[in-house]
Amino acid sequence: MEFGEILSEALTALTINKMRTGLATLGIIIGIGAVIALISLGQSGQKAVESQIQSLGSNLLTVIPGSPNSGGIRQAAGGLTTLTYDDAKAITTSATVTDVANVSAELSRRAQVTSGKNNTNTQIIGVTPSYLTVHNLSMQSGSFIIQRDVDSLGKVVVIGPQVVSDLFGDGSNPIGQTIRVNKLALKVIGVTASKGGSGFMNQDDMVFVPLTTAQKQLFGVDYLSAISIQAKSDKVMTDAQDQVGYLLLSRHKIGNPAQADFSILSQQDIMGAASSITGTFTALLSGIAAISLVVGGIGIMNIMLVTVVERTREIGLRKALGAKKKSVIQQFLVESIILTMLGGVLGMVLGMVLSVAVSKIINLPFVISFQAIALAIGVSGGIGILFGWYPARKASNLSPIEALRYE
Amino acid sequence: MIQIKNVSKVYRNDTVETKALDDVAFEIKKGEFVAIMGPSGSGKSTLMHILGALDTPTSGTYILDGEEVGKLSDDKLAEIRNKKIGFVFQAFNLLPRTTAMKNVMLPMVYGDVAKSEREARAKKYLEMVGLGDRMQHTSSQLSGGQMQRVAIARSLVMDPAIILADEPTGNIASNQASEIMAIFQDLNEQGHTIIMITHEPDIAEHAKRIIHIKDGKIVKDSDKHSQRRAK
Repeated sequence: MEFGEILSEALTALTINKMRTGLATLGIIIGIGAVIALISLGQSGQKAVESQIQSLGSNLLTVIPGSPNSGGIRQAAGGLTTLTYDDAKAITTSATVTDVANVSAELSRRAQVTSGKNNTNTQIIGVTPSYLTVHNLSMQSGSFIIQRDVDSLGKVVVIGPQVVSDLFGDGSNPIGQTIRVNKLALKVIGVTASKGGSGFMNQDDMVFVPLTTAQKQLFGVDYLSAISIQAKSDKVMTDAQDQVGYLLLSRHKIGNPAQADFSILSQQDIMGAASSITGTFTALLSGIAAISLVVGGIGIMNIMLVTVVERTREIGLRKALGAKKKSVIQQFLVESIILTMLGGVLGMVLGMVLSVAVSKIINLPFVISFQAIALAIGVSGGIGILFGWYPARKASNLSPIEALRYE
Repeated sequence: MIQIKNVSKVYRNDTVETKALDDVAFEIKKGEFVAIMGPSGSGKSTLMHILGALDTPTSGTYILDGEEVGKLSDDKLAEIRNKKIGFVFQAFNLLPRTTAMKNVMLPMVYGDVAKSEREARAKKYLEMVGLGDRMQHTSSQLSGGQMQRVAIARSLVMDPAIILADEPTGNIASNQASEIMAIFQDLNEQGHTIIMITHEPDIAEHAKRIIHIKDGKIVKDSDKHSQRRAK
């Protein structure tokens, strides 16, 4: 029996009971659709996180208070008070630190910002002038905080474009106006250019004040939440990391590096941690979706078993007229493969439509990988063979006598 | 053509043994028209299954067209059924929702007949049974007699050694039954070997030879009766 004939026989059999074919396929459509949608959304999320972290600069090291924790970001690190502005100054001036280009001392907190009737809750960052260079930021208008502002506890502020639209939505020029952070009046001297981020680490939604003003006037503390360090190039990252590490260990009078009261993270560390989190989520969600795929496969097996019973007489006749086991197996296997492949293709379309829609809504880049497509086709075909095999074998083993007698 | 030697068939059901055929022996020559008659439970269905290579005997030999159909594998038996035996069933057994043409072509699909030849052959045999104008009708659009004629056309397309008919008129109105018998007699006159299983004496009389079977044994084998003409 030629393949074309098997195919056309299978298609005829499937079109006879369209309702059943549709319902059997639905399980696979939902399963494949869910897997594809979750994989591509997971990849979109991963890509978004990576591009945001990368936009911070690839030769950036971040020193945060708290003991080192290999491969992870310590969530409670901000609560520690071991880093000081003097540490940052020492890194800049030390003769042993040779591979560092710029050092930015930072203290960040969330606070309420008001201007007239408008207000917003945003990230307040106490900075030094080098923040701009270290974080690849540029000015849209006005000027950034200068060293004199830091030295003199200047009552000035630089705001991000998101904050501008939140506070000055009417289009008036924010430069020269006064805004209040925790009730302290500050004069706006500049607006940073948009970096187009979203969600976490959105650099457009930040308010920058002189470091000393943040420490003494706003929050009443004398420590830093982070020191960002720009290495001279991305090739000397490890050297720079070591140099800064030894300097801080000796300044903090700690002999054993394992007991350090700070951690130095590179972009790779942060990116690795962030992608391993999104990766885990993607795997977890895809796993759940895969369960629905298995359920769909069992649905196919169920339908095929019903079909075999229903067509017992037909199978008996075919065997009486000379069909060999192989022909009967082929016939039923091809039917179940067509069912699942049809489900696979439709499910893939559903999955893509879903992920395009969701990535539009939550503003993520849309990613569709060939892996996902190959997976959909491969897995659905595989399910057809896996769950179609048993019913097909059952059909081929029917005795023609019994089958012909069956009513 | 057909040699049945000391054929027995025993069914074992847990501890109970049922002897459906008990040491049966006969020969059928090419060109014969044989009716096998007997009441239900006589073993005639078992005999027909063995003659049709749908089942194998427990003991004894069955030689069909020079080939021993004793202990062959399932797939080999399928090939024998395809090439050497044309089946006509009581319930017609046509594929539902399928045209007469496609039904008649089915054995050729399994018999590796060239695609180009299938349609021509199917057409030839459908015309032979008088259904030249109904080739594209599906089974639900045909009467019982017409369906059985499609089945006869189907039994002929592989040019088998024997045509095996199991109660061919059992599901058909009596006026159409004689049409079917007429076709069998025509085929027989053209040289086809026909074996027909039936329990109706007036149907059996259309054959040239009648084998009576009872309790698994042949009780009478006569070819001296006057053949009844269907037309």
